[in-house]
Amino acid sequence: MILREIVDLLDARVLAGEEYLDVEVATAFSADLMSDVLAFAKPGSIMITGLTNPQIVRIASIVDNSAILIVRGKTPPRETISLAEELKIPVLSTKYILFETSGRLYAKGIVGCVEKIEGNESVVPL
Amino acid sequence: MNQNYEFSFPVEGGNFDDAGKVSVEIKRLLKDYGIPSEIVRRTVIATYESEVNIISYAHHGTIAIHVTDDSILINITDSGPGITDIEQAMEQGYSTADDHIREMGFGAGMGLFNIRNCSDNFEIVSTLNEGTFLKIVINR
Repeated sequence: MILREIVDLLDARVLAGEEYLDVEVATAFSADLMSDVLAFAKPGSIMITGLTNPQIVRIASIVDNSAILIVRGKTPPRETISLAEELKIPVLSTKYILFETSGRLYAKGIVGCVEKIEGNESVVPL
Repeated sequence: MNQNYEFSFPVEGGNFDDAGKVSVEIKRLLKDYGIPSEIVRRTVIATYESEVNIISYAHHGTIAIHVTDDSILINITDSGPGITDIEQAMEQGYSTADDHIREMGFGAGMGLFNIRNCSDNFEIVSTLNEGTFLKIVINR
């Protein structure tokens, strides 16, 4: 899918990077924990998140996300938007919740960066 | 090609607003030097996690990068409380982060795990009440 089609599909607002929306996207990663994005996001994927702080833009830059898609209708602070413009990363905001957003994209052929976690590393309960 | 670049950045503990700033700058420099994007990506994931660790737990620290023809060497030094049990800290999901850190999307217990995953060679030395030293090598 082209990012611009995703804007229409999710009735999203374009908050930054209007000029970078003609990019083909095949994968996405949904997370509210930025370390998980660093661990699993693939270059070119969309980051789908409920966070709005400027760190999401730096993370997106580091893993080469094609766009940030903010869910639950949140509006990020000005710092986030100006950093996204500076680092040339589109920021979209949709009113759909994380589950609906991910599901609607999946139904259109967008898949996760990984399907499930490989290996049997134990996760220590907190 | 004979490449040899060295640069370092200070990181202040507790300054969450700037988390990632140093790593984004490192990314810009490495791209300018023409380092392939997959190597840049692994390097900056490692420096980002290190940066957040210093901000979350240490008083202050330094991220030093040495680019050679064969590898990217990253030295992370901080002065701080140190790590009590390194083996435990290396495990996926283990974290001592408080709520304040977690609210910002950090503290998932993936930091050191992610760093090791991005490294071809990884060493960690920590002294209680002094600080932690990480040596990360990424082959080109």
